[in-house]
Amino acid sequence: MGSYIPSTAEERKAMLEYLGLGSMDDLFAAVPESVRVHSLNLPEGLSEMEVSRKVRALADKNVRFRSVFRGAGAYRHYIPAIVKTVTSREEFVTAYTPYQAEISQGVLQSIFEYQTQICELTGMDVSNASVYDGAVAAAEAVLMCLERRKNGIIVAGSADPQTITTIRTYCESRNVPVTVLPVKNGATDVADLSAALSDTSACLYVQSPNYYGVLEDMDALVAAAHGAGARVVMGANPISLGILKTPGEYGADIATGEGQPLGMPLGFGGPYLGFMACRKELMRRLPGRIVGETADHEGRRCFVLTLQAREQHIRREKASSNICSNEALCAMTASVYLAAMGPQGLARVAENCAAHAHYLAEELSRIPGFSLRHNDREFFHEFLTDCPVDPEELCSKLAEKGILGGLPVEGGILWCCTELCSKNDMDELITAIREVCAQ
Amino acid sequence: MKLLFERSRPGRRECLIPACDVPAASFSPSALRASAPRLPEISEIDLGRHYTELASQTHGVNKGFYPLGSCTMKYNPRINEEMASLPGFTDIHPLQPAESAQGCLEVLFETERLLCEITGMDGMTFQPAAGAHGEYTGLLLIRRYHQSRNDAARTKIIVPDSAHGTNPASATMAGFTVVSVPSNAKGGVDIEALRNAVGPDTAGLMLTNPNTLGLFDENILEITRIVHEAGGLCYYDGANLNAVMGHARPGDMGFDCVHLNLHKTFSTPHGGGGPGSGPVGCKDFLEQFLPAPRVCKKEDGSFGFADPEHTMGRVRSFYGNFLVVVRALTYILTLGREGIPEASAMAVLNANYLMKKLSGSYDMAYDSMCMHEFVMTLEKLKGETGVSAMDVAKSLLDYGIHPPTMYFPLIVHEALMVEPTETESPETLDNAAEALLAILEKAKTDPAYLHGAPHRCPIGRPDEVRAARTPVLRYDFASAENK
Repeated sequence: MGSYIPSTAEERKAMLEYLGLGSMDDLFAAVPESVRVHSLNLPEGLSEMEVSRKVRALADKNVRFRSVFRGAGAYRHYIPAIVKTVTSREEFVTAYTPYQAEISQGVLQSIFEYQTQICELTGMDVSNASVYDGAVAAAEAVLMCLERRKNGIIVAGSADPQTITTIRTYCESRNVPVTVLPVKNGATDVADLSAALSDTSACLYVQSPNYYGVLEDMDALVAAAHGAGARVVMGANPISLGILKTPGEYGADIATGEGQPLGMPLGFGGPYLGFMACRKELMRRLPGRIVGETADHEGRRCFVLTLQAREQHIRREKASSNICSNEALCAMTASVYLAAMGPQGLARVAENCAAHAHYLAEELSRIPGFSLRHNDREFFHEFLTDCPVDPEELCSKLAEKGILGGLPVEGGILWCCTELCSKNDMDELITAIREVCAQ
Repeated sequence: MKLLFERSRPGRRECLIPACDVPAASFSPSALRASAPRLPEISEIDLGRHYTELASQTHGVNKGFYPLGSCTMKYNPRINEEMASLPGFTDIHPLQPAESAQGCLEVLFETERLLCEITGMDGMTFQPAAGAHGEYTGLLLIRRYHQSRNDAARTKIIVPDSAHGTNPASATMAGFTVVSVPSNAKGGVDIEALRNAVGPDTAGLMLTNPNTLGLFDENILEITRIVHEAGGLCYYDGANLNAVMGHARPGDMGFDCVHLNLHKTFSTPHGGGGPGSGPVGCKDFLEQFLPAPRVCKKEDGSFGFADPEHTMGRVRSFYGNFLVVVRALTYILTLGREGIPEASAMAVLNANYLMKKLSGSYDMAYDSMCMHEFVMTLEKLKGETGVSAMDVAKSLLDYGIHPPTMYFPLIVHEALMVEPTETESPETLDNAAEALLAILEKAKTDPAYLHGAPHRCPIGRPDEVRAARTPVLRYDFASAENK
């Protein structure tokens, strides 16, 4: 049994004597006997070697696919070696929220750098230090837009379904009505938005590239929302922002997204990273930690947690959010990733993703029955095709060959390509699909 | 020290991604950004050195004592990190078919079973990513419960005045109004005040036990009974579970739901402020409202997903911070039946030992024995010498010790809240006591020195007022170019 307790039996005895106590049990004298438990139904503790064997056996029960063509909110990208090296450093791993700035400049500066990078990616003025994931970022962002007389939220139905569900949860508990717009040909129809907008609409949440990979007609959607006095929250894939137009350029008020593609492994869904950035006028509504630059008494530049008047530990029930712990180490991961890549590297990742996806779409559409659902739409690195055989069955046949196929969605398949899906991988996929369909 | 952007030189880069092996995709010009993001252009050696320098300016548990009250900064075992880095976990897509992710599902299922046993709960979700997220989820369970009974009048959540700030903030987010109840002279919930506060509008009570004063509420069964008799539910904030795990269970104290902080009690690292994990457990009558999906064990012994009948929906994507759960499972398997209660007993022993070392010199907020943490009040010291809790905290920095939590709980003036945890040796506690006693001596002879502390850190006290009044929240490329 391990315990990580340094004190020896003699030391414990001496400490108890120092306290005038007879036994360890006396430490719990304040706990009424009626709620004491004296034995739990837990397995016996194990040595490190035994635990290692046991947990490795669990990991071995999972299937690791040779190539992955599934995204839908979680993306397998190449992670540069330096990312893991830096973010495994014990100083960063074992610190907590940098309340004491004098001994936390490392964490604070890295968050400041992260905030700057997120602003650059999104074209926004202010970023927070992260929230739990992309879905929560979207939910927190729509709540930022509420006004006394504007308390309706409009959500593009083409957004990630998990994000929509999360927004619904967060809004339902605040009694905020949510209208979800229909999806027309894989995207949002500005006429539907205009019909839904009213003078009580607080904001539109729209994701582009959306769940189907399609680029939304952002210019028209932003114009319609702003024309009705509603704000726009735009969800974006951070890799796509290496080349695609930013939320800032489209005129969105808040940008959010899932930061996982920036150096975080798939990890069966987490930990991931919710990024949030906004225009300056919304700064004091932004939830979560924010790091700012200042100086010490000798004029040395330094960084601190700031604008804390928004936060729960100061404002309690009047806080802009309840968030306390966020995803700091994931934010640092994203920051190291973006620094390692640089502007050219990030653009190359984005271009490779898009090129691979377009190549695969082209090759797939040559197979009878695999036509693109949204043929006339621009897309980034995901796209939906029809499927002439049962999608689940096709995917399980592919799985036998070590390939994780696209996600069965709406009777078709939602495919995704990243820079890791090489031409060879895609050609192999195409061959495998042809074989399955020929059977 | 320099920022990443100040180390950047145009044209510097490493070759990380190959040239594309298929023809480029073309986008309409209106879909493209006008200019590239100004990300740093930096060589790998400079990037490595940058973070090495940042690391040297970061205090973590592995650098020194970190008795930050209420945060349980215990040691983060290395084996946990190794297990969470196994490609068999890190490389698994959350939307892989369940039959190809049986190991992940078993991790979630097993950890749920073990944590339910430790807390006395019947079911659990791992979706919440942190403690406050768990509080929100737990409160939504309470909300759904009352809704399911068409009991729309229950709009109030009772929170003691010693509670963490996240409690009232979470209650507001969950659509409740907050009723604060005072503490009694012994630091527990004022029972009379609680009786007066409950009624047909009571949705529930949120309680941390032991509370933020480090005291176990002796009236706990009466407290939960009063709330239940009024028709409310009881929510256990698990922030301080490290004091009692293996010795007492929230489920036996009368609580209906609970959140845990795996990054506190179950030794997963705090990562500079996350990622954490805030699983929420509940009694069986609330399981139907848990977030979807849940992991279930099928008749053939394999694992799958199922949605609770009246699920609240989701509070985030996928299944939570899975890799944090792997770490917690590794920890629980290591400690096991004997190690879990031993860890909390040792946490309580260490706290009482350090408290007694100090109690002749520093005033304690309450003079009873404590659980895993204790609160000092420096009000008298401040009156006599002008030296504040802040000054003492900042002086500790010069000793290489992370200060206790300052100015919390709010009901104690000039508070310092100390939580040593079980993973510290007696000599570390002795050293900390000596440092605090030396600071006390200095307060009597040279208070000005303490007002100016710290003296041996990379920076002195930052100007927080300037930071908030003229916010600079990102690097200013334009002004750098003009220099």
